[in-house]
Amino acid sequence: MKIRDNKAWFFVLPALLVMGINAFVPFITVINYSVLDIFRGLPAIWVGLENYQVVLGDNLFRGAVVRQVQFSFLILLIQIPLGVAIALALPKKGWTATASLVALGFPLLIPYNIVGIIWRVFTRADLGLVPLIFNFFGYEYNLAQNSVDAYWTVVAMDVWHWTSLVVLLAYAGLNAIPDAYYQAAEIDGASPWRTFLYVTLPRLRSVLTIAVLLRFMDSFRIYTEVFLLTGGGPGTSTTFLSDVLVRKAVISFDIGYSAAMSLIYFYFILIISYIFFLVLTSIGTGDSNQPPSG
Amino acid sequence: MAKIELVNVSHSYTPGEYAVRDINLIWDDAVSSALLGPSGCGKTTLLKIISGLLQPTEGDVLLNGQRVNELRPKERNIAQVFQFPVVYETLNIFNNLAFPLRNRGYPESIVKERVREIAELLELTDQLKVNANSLSAAEKQLVSLGRGVIREDLSAILLDEPLTVIDPHQKWQLRRKLKQLQQRFEITMIYVTHDQHEALTFADQVTVMDTGIALQTGSPQDLHNRPEAPFVGYFIGSPGMNIFPASLNENQVQAGDFCYELVSDLVNQVNGQDLKIGIRPEFVEISQAKDSTGLECIVDAVHLTGTSKILDLVGAGLKFKARVDETANINAADTVRAIFPTEKTMIYQNDRLLAPVQQEILL
Repeated sequence: MKIRDNKAWFFVLPALLVMGINAFVPFITVINYSVLDIFRGLPAIWVGLENYQVVLGDNLFRGAVVRQVQFSFLILLIQIPLGVAIALALPKKGWTATASLVALGFPLLIPYNIVGIIWRVFTRADLGLVPLIFNFFGYEYNLAQNSVDAYWTVVAMDVWHWTSLVVLLAYAGLNAIPDAYYQAAEIDGASPWRTFLYVTLPRLRSVLTIAVLLRFMDSFRIYTEVFLLTGGGPGTSTTFLSDVLVRKAVISFDIGYSAAMSLIYFYFILIISYIFFLVLTSIGTGDSNQPPSG
Repeated sequence: MAKIELVNVSHSYTPGEYAVRDINLIWDDAVSSALLGPSGCGKTTLLKIISGLLQPTEGDVLLNGQRVNELRPKERNIAQVFQFPVVYETLNIFNNLAFPLRNRGYPESIVKERVREIAELLELTDQLKVNANSLSAAEKQLVSLGRGVIREDLSAILLDEPLTVIDPHQKWQLRRKLKQLQQRFEITMIYVTHDQHEALTFADQVTVMDTGIALQTGSPQDLHNRPEAPFVGYFIGSPGMNIFPASLNENQVQAGDFCYELVSDLVNQVNGQDLKIGIRPEFVEISQAKDSTGLECIVDAVHLTGTSKILDLVGAGLKFKARVDETANINAADTVRAIFPTEKTMIYQNDRLLAPVQQEILL
């Protein structure tokens, strides 16, 4: 079959068109912007890689990168084990299983901005439940002024919002493990921990890879909830990359800077996700575990 | 190694419905045996009861005379090989084989020694460092077998249709390996299968099951020559036994024009309920001579098997099959005469064998 004369190309055309409008064109436009200095009403000036240099040298950006990486790794470290643990603890069948899954699905159905508002109410100094509980234990919680409180509240909010996704993925993965694997492990005399390590975890690899990638990419782009909860403060303690980007692009209208930053941001996610993917799909496939010595 | 006994074992998954019923079976030490039956007949349930993955609803499981109902699989020292090969996919072959020993806290030096020994036997020595996930189904099955035999205190190995997913050309090899291991370690092996060929070639003692009931236990010859239930006759053999519904006519059991004369002591046992006559196709004697005795039938079709001919016969109010030599010059639409030899003809009442009585066949 010749590729050139193939009429099947016509079937691909609509998809290409949509993707073109929605991905290629904006992407190329952004690349274009990133090498220009643009002021309203004046012709754009070619500045080469200057925008990139400015972005990379900007302390606001650098701070946000560190905060962002920390945040994403932190929520992965919490959400993945927690999600797997909850999935393991869920009932396997019956109405309780259905009820649990529905309950777990709720946070995922709530729009991002509502999540932000819920947590804002939750943490309000005058009537929120969170300050009330902390005050009861003698800790003076203050979202608006204490940057540690603010940061961990954002972490807690993300855990609340997204752990369910990990649970649902892990639960589906767990249910797909044939009973024979557990029976074999039982007959081989494996302890529950070793069964988890050598049967459950390897069999969850693919769903957990998806969970890690989704959670990483999503958390790396976190914006709405944080914007509504803390507005990035106090100071810059909860200012993440997208927040910086929005400020530069929409508020300062610094198009060149924003375009360069978008691209750096984009490649950042791409590269880290790819590394995650490589690592997660290769774990345990080599001879790395207890090689037969001697 | 151990002698395994099941005493009045029944199991039901849902109340009122039995998956297996009133099973009384004994496997002697070091026997190679098979559990044969169609899918869903309860073989796997029985296997799980023996290994301890399931607790029977009723009855006892004995290992060397000791009741082990409450013991967990680990404590029963029974190994099981599953239909779909189970390996620990993040571990290499060495660590897979070492897994059961390490779980039991064996010192590393013994682990190493045992793994090398078993790997040698399974011809896996060169592949010890290979990751288990990259093996073929047959090799994986070999590794899971190895995880069983590596334990010195092993009571028995249970095999649950272990060759189902293995390529045909490797089946034979793997089965030979199984047999070898069985003889080398004198392991009690119970092999579950729905394939009569696998069961009869592997095992010295075969138990045929259907709908949760153990119908007959015996050597492959016993099952062939003297099936104690019509199902056994039909399920074993290819083609299976001819079974005719029959009726009682004074001292004769009759199916179509065929009459079977009951000997005196049998007459008292027969009540006429659900009578069946069974004869294996290979025991039907076919004659082409016009003047010979026997039932006159017409050959409806001839199937070639390579070594013999299978005839579909119609006549005397019966439809049945007969196996004749390949060289026999019989074609479709021929008229032949068929004789059912008395000593090879089975009479069943309520699906239990009545005749021929045991002595006759021993003579």
